[in-house]
Amino acid sequence: MKILVCISQVPDTSTKIVLKDNNTAINNQGVTFVINPYDEWYALVRALELKEAGIASDIHLVTVGKADTEPVIRKALALGGDEAIRIDADSHDPYETANYIAEYAKTVGYDLILCGKESIDYNNGAVGAMLAELLDTDYIGFASDIQIEGNTATVKREIEGGEETDTCSLPVVIACQKGVAEARIPNMRGIMAARTRPLKVVTPGTVGSVTEILSYELPPAKAGIKMVSADNMDELVELLHAEAKVI
Amino acid sequence: MSVIVLVEHTEGNIKKKSLEAVQYAAGIAQKTGTTVSAVVLGTLADSEMENLGQYGAQKVLHVADARLDELHARAYTSALIAAAQKEGSKIIIALHDINGRAVAPRLSAKLKAGLVAGALSYPDLDKGFVIKKAVFSGKAFAFVNITSDVKVITLMPNTFQLNKGEGKATIEKLDVNFGDKDFGVKVKEVNLIKGEIPLADAQLVVSGGRGMKGPENWGLIEDLAKELGAGTACSRPVADAHWRPHHEHVGQTGGTVRPNLYIAVGISGAIQHLAGVNGSKTIVVINKDPEAPFFKAANYGVVGDALEILPRLTEAVKNFKQNHK
Ligand SMILES: Cc1cc2nc3c(=O)[nH]c(=O)nc-3n(C[C@H](O)[C@H](O)[C@H](O)COP(=O)(O)OP(=O)(O)OC[C@H]3O[C@@H](n4cnc5c(N)ncnc54)[C@H](O)[C@@H]3O)c2cc1C
Repeated sequence: MKILVCISQVPDTSTKIVLKDNNTAINNQGVTFVINPYDEWYALVRALELKEAGIASDIHLVTVGKADTEPVIRKALALGGDEAIRIDADSHDPYETANYIAEYAKTVGYDLILCGKESIDYNNGAVGAMLAELLDTDYIGFASDIQIEGNTATVKREIEGGEETDTCSLPVVIACQKGVAEARIPNMRGIMAARTRPLKVVTPGTVGSVTEILSYELPPAKAGIKMVSADNMDELVELLHAEAKVI
Repeated sequence: MSVIVLVEHTEGNIKKKSLEAVQYAAGIAQKTGTTVSAVVLGTLADSEMENLGQYGAQKVLHVADARLDELHARAYTSALIAAAQKEGSKIIIALHDINGRAVAPRLSAKLKAGLVAGALSYPDLDKGFVIKKAVFSGKAFAFVNITSDVKVITLMPNTFQLNKGEGKATIEKLDVNFGDKDFGVKVKEVNLIKGEIPLADAQLVVSGGRGMKGPENWGLIEDLAKELGAGTACSRPVADAHWRPHHEHVGQTGGTVRPNLYIAVGISGAIQHLAGVNGSKTIVVINKDPEAPFFKAANYGVVGDALEILPRLTEAVKNFKQNHK
């Protein structure tokens, strides 16, 4: 069974966002880039667990990005996986990204494609379901448990107010969130081994984006906090009622 | 030409956030000189569907196939495409929630349509079709222009206030020819968490962090939540330590909430926690450390020991309710 794990490069979670060029771009100067947490902690680690359990034979990692994304895909490779693919494109939206990945995935034929529930930069959470459409497969989002038996995936996923267990046939695209895998950190052996594992660079066809970001804005500073004495909870309740109008 | 909007319902009632989506669709229809056709999938009474007229839908297209009572993303996609074809629609709207997020990207891929996921504004038509959305987990906003002919939007729930008007929508049955693949995902088991308010939908949330000291103190959080009719949440270390179930964990690696009121008790306010809650309209922070970063993101703050303050706050809410009956 072949698994493809989608990896996206995002600014480290604690990055302070600074705008430039008249608010039309994000200033990347001094920003540390990391593997999108949902891709790393959940999708990739679950793929590794499935390989260790003898269920998966090959794990490929794919990212869409120019050469500056190589350190991040190498870091992902250090956690495990047999091969990494960088699709050499400067993608502008999930539509473009999904099309490039689908194009490549079709040339290999994967049984399972795992991604994170969303990437923490643009928070679209759209690539997974788009990929499923482009590859004509099912898609399960917000997965918190994935079991594979033969040709069938059994997946727990979040629903409103609870959890549902679904089954479907492979191939399938699954977007992962907390619960899917046990946390792990790369060990020295993995890091050394990653150096010798292949990183393939693929030139994509032309897809083009269907959206463009015209500008950015930072949220306004909070108008100032109102402090309430710990001895006066009646006042807090009154403020929440009369001023904030939330109770 | 009409704006198509996917309407969700549960136990015979249309969800409030879907009324928001219909109202949003009506706003766009007005700007673009069209009408709204709401798409209802599965079993629902006509009387309930007609009410969508009060929020601006002229028409309801009803696909009355009971299999659609559960989410089948591919079947939902097929139904919306059929509806859009029938109406000659170029704009399709769903919610930025679990269902909408499974369906809208499929529509986008299939129709080569630009998608704005998590819209926070009406489109600005002067500059194209420009919609505001949160990026970097709420640390910034982006203004996204959809450049394709067909446009797909998921609306962030709880973004616009509902205004109920007059009107009755007409109902039309829509037949869709589903294929086997449309129902490829089989639902084996559904587990609803009973007696709790689903977090993603909660208008009020009381949340506890490591400052609560241990699971034995959670009764204080639950008492306040019960008095307010609020959902309960927690920070990540609290879920990791199994003081609370994992579905309550909010933040960068957990769930996202956008309530009207978020009360954070004994939570430091690390940026990864804020990522899941900074869409809340009003934030109250209770923390014994006056330097806790959360105070910078809050509207109201109380410095002190949570274990002493919580019972007082619960009592104050109780009194308030007595006086405002
Ligand atoms: C990649 C990544 C992703 C992450 N994702 C998440 C996430 O999704 N959600 C999340 O929450 N965190 C997440 N974290 C962790 C986050 O950085 C913080 O460590 C976490 O939010 C801290 O939780 P806390 O505030 O409950 O605990 P602490 O940091 O231990 O803070 C406890 C707070 O309680 C106060 N306190 C202590 N005793 C009392 C008392 N008696 N009364 C009142 N106040 C008291 C303290 O002053 C302190 O401010 C993530 C971290 C990383 C690196």
